[in-house]
Amino acid sequence: MAENGHQEHPKYFKIFWWLLALTIIEVAVAIPEYSVVLKAILLIGLACSKAALVAIYFMHLKFEKRTLTVIVLTPFIICVFLVIMLMPDLTTDDRHEGIEKPVEVADTSVH
Amino acid sequence: MEHATTSDHTEDVYEPSLTPDSLGKLGMWIFLVGDTMSFGALLAAYAAIRAGAGVIGWVPPSEILGINLTAFMTFLLICSSVTMVKALESIQNGNVSRMCMFLGLTIGGGVIFLGLQAYEWYHLITHGLTLTGIPDHGLSGAAISGSTLFGPTFYTITGFHGMHVTGGVIYLLVIFINGLRGRYTAEFNHEVEIVGLYWHFVDLIWIMVFTFIYLL
Repeated sequence: MAENGHQEHPKYFKIFWWLLALTIIEVAVAIPEYSVVLKAILLIGLACSKAALVAIYFMHLKFEKRTLTVIVLTPFIICVFLVIMLMPDLTTDDRHEGIEKPVEVADTSVH
Repeated sequence: MEHATTSDHTEDVYEPSLTPDSLGKLGMWIFLVGDTMSFGALLAAYAAIRAGAGVIGWVPPSEILGINLTAFMTFLLICSSVTMVKALESIQNGNVSRMCMFLGLTIGGGVIFLGLQAYEWYHLITHGLTLTGIPDHGLSGAAISGSTLFGPTFYTITGFHGMHVTGGVIYLLVIFINGLRGRYTAEFNHEVEIVGLYWHFVDLIWIMVFTFIYLL
């Protein structure tokens, strides 16, 4: 136990107050009406910092080998790519409109 | 004989273990990495659906879901995470009864969380949020027709998380009973650490779910 530094416990209650404060800030940020993009950036940033606090201190990632942190981060990076790769599908409606209009024009010219 | 000499000889040549304490801990980490991908896929799909629906085509979640109750549920899970690390700290100092007390508090937090989620689901279902429909009081036609996926995504993601909490409570109960029987000591306690990893992960996922489903 002692050889990997587990005996030096971080101040868990300090982390608790941080998490509580960040949760209150999150709710305060979420309630008022303003730019959706700004709100999303703020909320995702706050959520990620809370998740990082839990992983680093409660799950003791700080006291593990660096390689484990890299492995744990991989699925998060993959998920970001997943959203980016889904982006082309999200604009299907616009493309559909873009394709349909020239077809209509071509139809009338034949008649 | 050859076996003994090779293990003696190559001990410092082996790749160091990722988690030196126990293989079980490494196993739990690998499971959690895989589980992150399941939740990540669900949340990414939700993000894609939301982005595709735009601002007008999706009911603001705050109009249907209660943020106060779920903010309290977040608080509850954070508290139970703290009692979980306190339980591990206690057993690492050799205090079995203190560990059992903190494990009991952690289980209590998980059970109250599940109770509140059941209450929330009951409330939402009776108010018309189902897999196929949403409550239609005062909503525009575009919002209603664009939000047919509101119910399915909500129940899938919070349900998947709720199943994890349920599993975690059962897992914690097993460790709690083991602890009462005197299985864990200051030297042998990695099982408590492993259940802690799982429990903190469930807390971590709820932080994400709370932000994506309720606040955004």
